[in-house]
Amino acid sequence: MTRTITYRDALNEATAEEMRSDPSVFVYGIDVGDHKRIFNSTKGLVEEFGPTRCFSTPLSEDAMTGFGLGAAINGMRPIHVHMRVDFLLLGMNQLVNMIATHCYGSGGTMKVPLVIRAIIGRGWGQSYQHSKSLHSWFAHVPGLKVVMPATPRDAKGMLKAAIRDDNPVVFIEHRWLYDAVGEVPDDTSAIGLEGARVLREGRDITVVATSWMNVEAVKAAQILEKRGVSIEVVDARAIAPFDAATIVRSVRKTRRCIVADNDWLHCGFSAEVAATVYAECLKELAAPIDRIGYEATPCPCTRPLENEFYPNAVDIIRAVERQLGLSQTDLSGEDFYSYENKFKGPF
Amino acid sequence: MKELNYALYQKVYLIRRAEQAIREHYASDAMKTPMHMSSGEEAICAGVCHALRPADEIVGTYRSHGIYLAKTGETDRFFAEMYGRETGMAKGKAGSMHLTAHEEGLICTSAIVGTTIPVAVGAAFANRELKRDRVVAVFFGDGAIDEGVFWESLNSACVMKIPLLFVCEDNGFAVHVPKPLRHGYRSITELVSKFDCDVYASESTDPEVIYQLASKAIQAMREMRRPAFLHLKYYRYLEHVGVNEDFAQGYRDRQEFERWRANDPVELQRKKLVRLASEAEVKKLEDTIERQVTESVKRAEKAPFPKPGELYQDVLA
Repeated sequence: MTRTITYRDALNEATAEEMRSDPSVFVYGIDVGDHKRIFNSTKGLVEEFGPTRCFSTPLSEDAMTGFGLGAAINGMRPIHVHMRVDFLLLGMNQLVNMIATHCYGSGGTMKVPLVIRAIIGRGWGQSYQHSKSLHSWFAHVPGLKVVMPATPRDAKGMLKAAIRDDNPVVFIEHRWLYDAVGEVPDDTSAIGLEGARVLREGRDITVVATSWMNVEAVKAAQILEKRGVSIEVVDARAIAPFDAATIVRSVRKTRRCIVADNDWLHCGFSAEVAATVYAECLKELAAPIDRIGYEATPCPCTRPLENEFYPNAVDIIRAVERQLGLSQTDLSGEDFYSYENKFKGPF
Repeated sequence: MKELNYALYQKVYLIRRAEQAIREHYASDAMKTPMHMSSGEEAICAGVCHALRPADEIVGTYRSHGIYLAKTGETDRFFAEMYGRETGMAKGKAGSMHLTAHEEGLICTSAIVGTTIPVAVGAAFANRELKRDRVVAVFFGDGAIDEGVFWESLNSACVMKIPLLFVCEDNGFAVHVPKPLRHGYRSITELVSKFDCDVYASESTDPEVIYQLASKAIQAMREMRRPAFLHLKYYRYLEHVGVNEDFAQGYRDRQEFERWRANDPVELQRKKLVRLASEAEVKKLEDTIERQVTESVKRAEKAPFPKPGELYQDVLA
C-alpha cells in the first residue's frame, strides 16, 4: 500500500516512527523544539517524546556537533538538525576531524550512528549564507555518508535508513522540496542509503540530477516528451558512498548524459559523475557530457540575479536540444515552477 | 591509606617509566608518531583517574599518554600503537595523538585543541539518558580555554545540567605562547565560577591531593547533578612535542622547571609510599612495572605491521 504525502510529513513520520521503535533516538538542534519545528518536520515530537528527546540547543553548532558524536559513541542515535546547510559549517571541524574519523581511529571498536540533517535554502532573498548545498564538500571526506533525497518516498525511507545506520550520515534536504507531494509505501524498509534511482524512464538521453534539480529535470522531460524526446531522469540520491552502477546503466542505454547538480560546478559532484561515466563508458557516448550547475559566484539576494544564478528546466531543455541537434522548443506557453506559489519566505 | 598511596604510585610510576622507554627508544626512529609527553602532569592523570571507577569514562587531548596509562594500566596496545603495529589499539592507524580504549573507558583523544570537550558533553548526556551510572571526565589544557568550543561546551553542559568533570591541566603555555599573551582576563576559575557548576583548583603535584580533590568534585557532581570544573596547574617538563628538554629555546626558564622539579609528583609519591610501606615493597612494585614496560616494548617491536588491505578497514562501520 502507498499513501500520498508531502516531503515534510515524510521526514516527520520517519523521525517519529524511529523514535517510537528505538528509545535511543533523539532529535536536537537550534529551534528544533520551538513553535516552528523546523518547517514542521519535527512537529509533534516534543509532545509525544518529551523535551529530553526533542529539544532546542544553545547557538553552539560546533559544540553541539561534537555533542552528537559523544552521544552516538555512547549508545544513542542522535539526529542533529540545521535549518540551513550554511550553519553546519560551524561544525565542520567536528564533522571532518572528529566524526568522520572516529570509527577508523578507534580501530573499529567504536561506531558513530549520527544523522545530521541540513536544509538547503533558496529564493525570496536567501542570498549567499542561506543557500548552500556543499554536498561535494561533505562527500569528499571518507567516513561520512552523504545523501540528498528528492522525493517524499526517499525522504522517508532514507531518513529511516540513516537513523538505523551505524555511520555518520549527512542528510541534505532542499527547502523547496518540503511541499513536494508523492507516493510513499507503507513499508519503506527496502529503501536504503545507497545507489541512484531512476525517477523517470526514457530512451534518448540521461539526465543525472541531485536534490531540487530532479524537479527541474522531470519538468524538462515532460515538456520535451511532447516533441517525442524521451528523457531518462536518474536521481543521484546517494553522494557518498557513490554507486554509479544505475547511472552507468542508464547512459549505456541512452548513450547521452547531462548532469544537473544543485551546486557549484567547479570541483563539484557533477564533475565526479561525469568523470565516472567517461571512465566507464566513454566509447559508448554519442556526445560529450554536459554539466549544469551554479557558476562560480555567490548566490545573490535580488530576484533577477537570483534567477540568473540558478539553472532550471530551461537550461536542461536547451542542453538536450544541443546534444540531440534539435531546434529550440518554443517555451512561451509553458508554466515553469515559481516558488511564490508555495514559498513566500522568509525561510 | 597505604593502599591508596600504593595505587597512586603504581599509576605515576607506570607513566614515568613508560615515557622513559619512549625516550630511550625514540632515537631509533621506529616510533614514527609525534609524541606529546606527559612528564610533569603525572599527579593529575593518576589522581583524577584513580578517583574514577573502572566503568567511568575519560576523554583527552594529544597529550594523553598519562591518562591512557592511568586509566587502563596496560602497555601492550599502547606501545604497539606507538610502533605502528597491527596489535595497537587502532592497528597503528591512530598513533600517539589518538589514543582510545573502548573497554577501559577512554573514548577519544584528539590532535585539534579543544575538540574533544563537546564529545565528552554528549557522552555524559548519553550516560544520563540511558541511566548508566557512569561519570565522564574530560581533560584539556589551558590552551583549550582559548577555543570557542570550550565555552560552548561548558555553557551547554551547565544549561543542560549534565554531570561532567572538566579537568583543565594548566601548564601555562598554549604550545609556546604564554598566558599573558592569550588571556584578556585575570583568572580562569573566576570566569568559570560564574557558570552553574562547581569549581575546584589546586597547584599541588601530590597525586593524593589531586585524588582527594577529584573525589570531592565527583561526589558533589553526583549529588548536585551538574558539571564540575577542576583547575589544576602543572609544569610540562619536556618540549611541546618531542622527547627532549627545550629550555635552550628561550621561551621559558629552567629555574622555573627546577622549582617544580623539586616537588616532582613521582618522587614525592615515592617518598610517601616508602614511609607507609617499605623501600623493598616500593622496589618490588617498580620492578614489576619495569618488566611490564620492557616486555611490552619488545612485543611491540616484534609485532607485525598491519597488512596492506588494512588501509581500507573501519572507514565505515
